[in-house]
Amino acid sequence: MIDVSTSLNASAPDQTKVKIVEPTIFELSSSGRVGVTMPASDVPETALPPEHLLRPDLPLPELAEVDVVRHYMHLSSFNYSVDTGFYPLGSCTMKYNPKINEDTCRLPGFLYTHPLQPIETVQGNLALMYQLQEWLKEISGFAGVTLQPAAGAHGEFTGVLIMRAYHKSRGDHKRVKMLIPDSAHGTNPASSGMMGLQVVQIPSDSRGNVDLKALEAACDDTVVGMMLTNPNTLGLFDENIEKVIELVHGCGGLMYGDGANLNALLGIVRPGDLGFDVMHFNLHKTFAVPHGGGGPGSGPVGVAAHLVDFLPEPLVGIIEEGEDDLPPLYGFVKPAKTIGRMKAFHGHFGGGLVRAFTYIAMHGPDGLKDIAQYAVLNANYLQARLRSTYRIPYDRTCMHEFVAEGRFEGSDVRALDIAKRLMDYNFHPPTNYFPLIVHEALMIEPTETENKDTLDAFADALIKIAEEAKTQPELVKSAPHTTKFGRMDEVKAARELVLCCWLPENFSDQ
Amino acid sequence: MNTPANLKYTKSDEWFDPATGKAGITDYAQGQLSDIVFVEILVEAGETIEAGKPIASVESVKASAEIYAPAGGKVAAVNKGLADKPELINSDPYGEAWMIQLEGATAGDLMDAAAYEKYCAERAH
Repeated sequence: MIDVSTSLNASAPDQTKVKIVEPTIFELSSSGRVGVTMPASDVPETALPPEHLLRPDLPLPELAEVDVVRHYMHLSSFNYSVDTGFYPLGSCTMKYNPKINEDTCRLPGFLYTHPLQPIETVQGNLALMYQLQEWLKEISGFAGVTLQPAAGAHGEFTGVLIMRAYHKSRGDHKRVKMLIPDSAHGTNPASSGMMGLQVVQIPSDSRGNVDLKALEAACDDTVVGMMLTNPNTLGLFDENIEKVIELVHGCGGLMYGDGANLNALLGIVRPGDLGFDVMHFNLHKTFAVPHGGGGPGSGPVGVAAHLVDFLPEPLVGIIEEGEDDLPPLYGFVKPAKTIGRMKAFHGHFGGGLVRAFTYIAMHGPDGLKDIAQYAVLNANYLQARLRSTYRIPYDRTCMHEFVAEGRFEGSDVRALDIAKRLMDYNFHPPTNYFPLIVHEALMIEPTETENKDTLDAFADALIKIAEEAKTQPELVKSAPHTTKFGRMDEVKAARELVLCCWLPENFSDQ
Repeated sequence: MNTPANLKYTKSDEWFDPATGKAGITDYAQGQLSDIVFVEILVEAGETIEAGKPIASVESVKASAEIYAPAGGKVAAVNKGLADKPELINSDPYGEAWMIQLEGATAGDLMDAAAYEKYCAERAH
């Protein structure tokens, strides 16, 4: 581990130091520089479009190829990614993404296909999607899977639509409430809210489980269902999960599983077997599809047998059985009471589905089980190493992640300061200030891909920062010091919004 | 933490002034939220609201929160200037950062300052 503290004047961190900033590509532009050589035209010239569709200038930057390459190489070196270091961002499962996934998703047969091609010409793609549906069913214990949803929250929206369609089909129109624990991801109430449902918050008990008394009191015939993440965002497996599901089913509600934390369960527990009715998968978390740059995600949804008819159309199915050496003919099928399409085409095929398929195929059943076991072991190892330095408010054997408090008795150092200081030790900060039920939360998810050396280095850094918080609090509160940019002014960024947008001069006339 | 003795308090950290009918969020709440960057008042003058109804939505650099009416009654006025100066909630939660003013309010089961302070102290752990 690098010792950052010795290289700094701790009592007076230099905030005025001028940081080297990469100019924008427009600032680098110089009139007349070119990066391409246009070939001579080999088609006849035609007249320009009418005058009113033309503009006098096109303000694009003018640079040589080498300048463009260097500019973006510089920018990319400012970035921190899972390929450069440890990324313990709780609830995001920032595992390493094996490079073989990149090879397979670039195979020409997958790459150069179009979703509107006749099915006879894309049997390989459809076979992959069919097999992935089958694997996800097997992994989760569900009877049907759609691959359409674009990401996790889209999967939630799909799942809630299915729940609503189910109740409606039974003539049960009273149900308007969704029960959501106070430890839930913010997307759960958002997805329910988009559906026009009332969100009823269910508190957690002192062990971090759903408070059964509060749940029982909330369960009545106006409940659509409950959205539950298990293990929850405290990294804890709900000890009363069967009772929770029994209560929700008892009042006629359906049980929605937020699959964000599925990594901890692979090969160990199947949500469908527990009694969940619907669940979305986050292929970009559990199955190593790269994320963190805003996408693309992939949020397939699995459902129990009584909801299969409501799945979005189309699903990939076998439309003609194979024989001996003849493979079956794959195509698209429409569930009987489908909620309709959730996406223009068939999900994030190359970006998500091919990579996740590869990841599952490379691991096999035993490998998937290893993933869950190592993810849980790593999180518990880190928790054990940090327990005496950082308060763990819900201190139990955790699953794939745990939540510590980033505050110390008699110190005004906060979780945010600790997160920023970690960057000086070359670690990506953990999720902070979430879940909301923990003061100054630091939510740490190491994932299975890190070795013991990395985990130890990270624990050492956090223990050192706790020491610094006592001995040199200003050093921590003004961190980071070794990054390209110092501490960002988040308040200014949020309060003084600058919208950059150029409208055509006569926009208002149109 | 500042907890004026003349005000009444809710478990969801709103204050209510029985003398003026004004309501807003407490010093404890603004401290927990930290720097507030956005506020939107969700009710309008003239509306009659029930206690517990969402009256505002507040966002800080840490979290977003719904603010609930500490009492029911007719909304006599809302603090329209607050949206442009959300930082007032941090600097003056009981004064300039009042959110709504109620007329003929029926305050429900609210805590006094001592009870609210005790309630906040319990939650610090």
